[in-house]
Amino acid sequence: MKGMEIETRSINREALAKWISLWRSEGKRILAPKKIGDQVDFASVASLDEVSLEQVQTVQSPKMAIFPRVEELFSFHSADGRVELRDRNLEALPETVVFGLRPCDAAAVAALKAIFTWDSPDSLFSARLARTTIVGVACSRADADCFCTSVGGSPGGVEGSDILLTAMGQGDYLAEIVTARGREMLQSAGALFGNAANTDKESRLAKVQAVFDPAAVASALSRLFDDAAFWEEQSRRCIGCGACAYVCPTCACFDIQDEGGISGKRLRCWDSCGFGLFTLHTSGHNPRPLQSQRWRQRLMHKFAYMPERQQVLGCVGCGRCSRACPVDMNILEHLQAAAEAKP
Amino acid sequence: MSPADIFKPWLMKIESVIDEAPDVKTLRLVFVDERQGREFAFRTGQFGEYSVFGEGECTFCIASPPTRGGAIECTFRKAGRVTSALAGLEPGETIGFRGPYGNVFPIRDWENKNLLFIAGGIALPPMRSVIWNVLDLRDRYKDITIVYGARTVADLVYKRELTEWAARPDVTLVSTVDPGGETPDWQGEIGFVPAVLDKLAPASRNTIAVVCGPPVMIKFTFPVLARLGFAPEDIFTTLENRMKCGVGKCGRCNTGKYFVCKDGPVFTFAQLQNMPQEY
Repeated sequence: MKGMEIETRSINREALAKWISLWRSEGKRILAPKKIGDQVDFASVASLDEVSLEQVQTVQSPKMAIFPRVEELFSFHSADGRVELRDRNLEALPETVVFGLRPCDAAAVAALKAIFTWDSPDSLFSARLARTTIVGVACSRADADCFCTSVGGSPGGVEGSDILLTAMGQGDYLAEIVTARGREMLQSAGALFGNAANTDKESRLAKVQAVFDPAAVASALSRLFDDAAFWEEQSRRCIGCGACAYVCPTCACFDIQDEGGISGKRLRCWDSCGFGLFTLHTSGHNPRPLQSQRWRQRLMHKFAYMPERQQVLGCVGCGRCSRACPVDMNILEHLQAAAEAKP
Repeated sequence: MSPADIFKPWLMKIESVIDEAPDVKTLRLVFVDERQGREFAFRTGQFGEYSVFGEGECTFCIASPPTRGGAIECTFRKAGRVTSALAGLEPGETIGFRGPYGNVFPIRDWENKNLLFIAGGIALPPMRSVIWNVLDLRDRYKDITIVYGARTVADLVYKRELTEWAARPDVTLVSTVDPGGETPDWQGEIGFVPAVLDKLAPASRNTIAVVCGPPVMIKFTFPVLARLGFAPEDIFTTLENRMKCGVGKCGRCNTGKYFVCKDGPVFTFAQLQNMPQEY
């Protein structure tokens, strides 16, 4: 992306529908926001008609496109006292287009990539990412839980998208071609795009006021680390259900479990630092025995440890954790409280 | 197997099983792939993920020294799902191993120094690797003292090796059991490790201390070492946080910003003083 001019084009709704059909005919898996019952979540779709773009945000994030809830790492087969391990066929992973995700979710890919590829690259994650194209749709609306602009993003941010669409009214979209992969996408579909007459997307975007500086939050959190009373106050309501982690686009903590007996699969499954079992030793000793310490871990990991260790914030301000929390804990309020806490 | 498959273990054949103490066993493992067995290299202090297929993985240090190749050993207590399955295996059976992971005991830096090893209970295994490593390079080190304690005489692990170390003129072994854990013919000390260490009062000058044990033993041993004049930089330990991936991704072993699996498991007391107590 760096040093590369972002090309701007336009596409109308009719052409967009054809473009999505084209992906389908090319055999690509298309994940997009879809209304299922009374909530909108990422699901496999076949046409634009199935896609919902009206909501501020989906309940769950699209991270499952590159980090599924449960995935097989390899399988094992035991017979006659011998064990054979079989690799996943990475070539068989589906080519995927994630369509209609918001700029915050697109930005979250950088955080996931940092976790899975720092130090020792994770081949399964990398293979999925290499087969994934991201076509984002900018935010024309936001709600009180959105705070992308406080963590380096914006309602029209292009970071993480290969192509970003912005609704310009009357069914027209401005298309920003951000990456080489995005330009490749256009090669087979160039005729569907026109020249962008109107590139003033700012007036179309939601307004999200920045309310904190992430560097200030990071230093406040670090300063408060040993203030047990602060963390207890912050987390008194927390029931440790892990909903925040499961809906989060950047949470990537996982468990490894075997299933299927002596001939079965080794699985990687989503996990959460909010669970007491997460760090519990077999001996009964637990380095983070209190929910307040687990809540502290959640905030520290995202706002202090990841920026220092992996040079990326672990939060994109999507607000999902606040919307999903069954006891109405609001991360924005908690971060502001940390920033304002007296030493 | 490509080196990129970070979760895929090597197949290991159990060469022998040694009963160390009640519910404590040592497995001696050889690589099924002989070429890998020849190429495998690790350094003392490192750990691995051991798996029973169908049950899962478990994290243990490599309890054998790199100076004695051809096989690796792990020692564990039967406690959970995987260790219970491991404890039921017999020679000839196949398990998985991936590693080596983590940092190392910097034994090069310890040359020409006295070494004081302090271990409690099932925490002798990580120390056994480094003890044999320096004993196999004996002339590079000065006095070697081992203080080892367990709850009861039966709970002492590596009993044959304790006898061997006790008999060596170039090793001082002080073994102890908790009060009430002694047998009528027990020749060693009776008392908790920190108290026994206090009484022994080893000199701190030009000496490196290595401490492994349950959190409570470590907690009470550090102040004794400090009183004896050991600098925090000269006290080493190895942390044993719960792990799944071993490669800095699964998110559970961190203490503060440090990954025990990548930045550790070996830390100095000086490092621990600047880390949150999440271990």
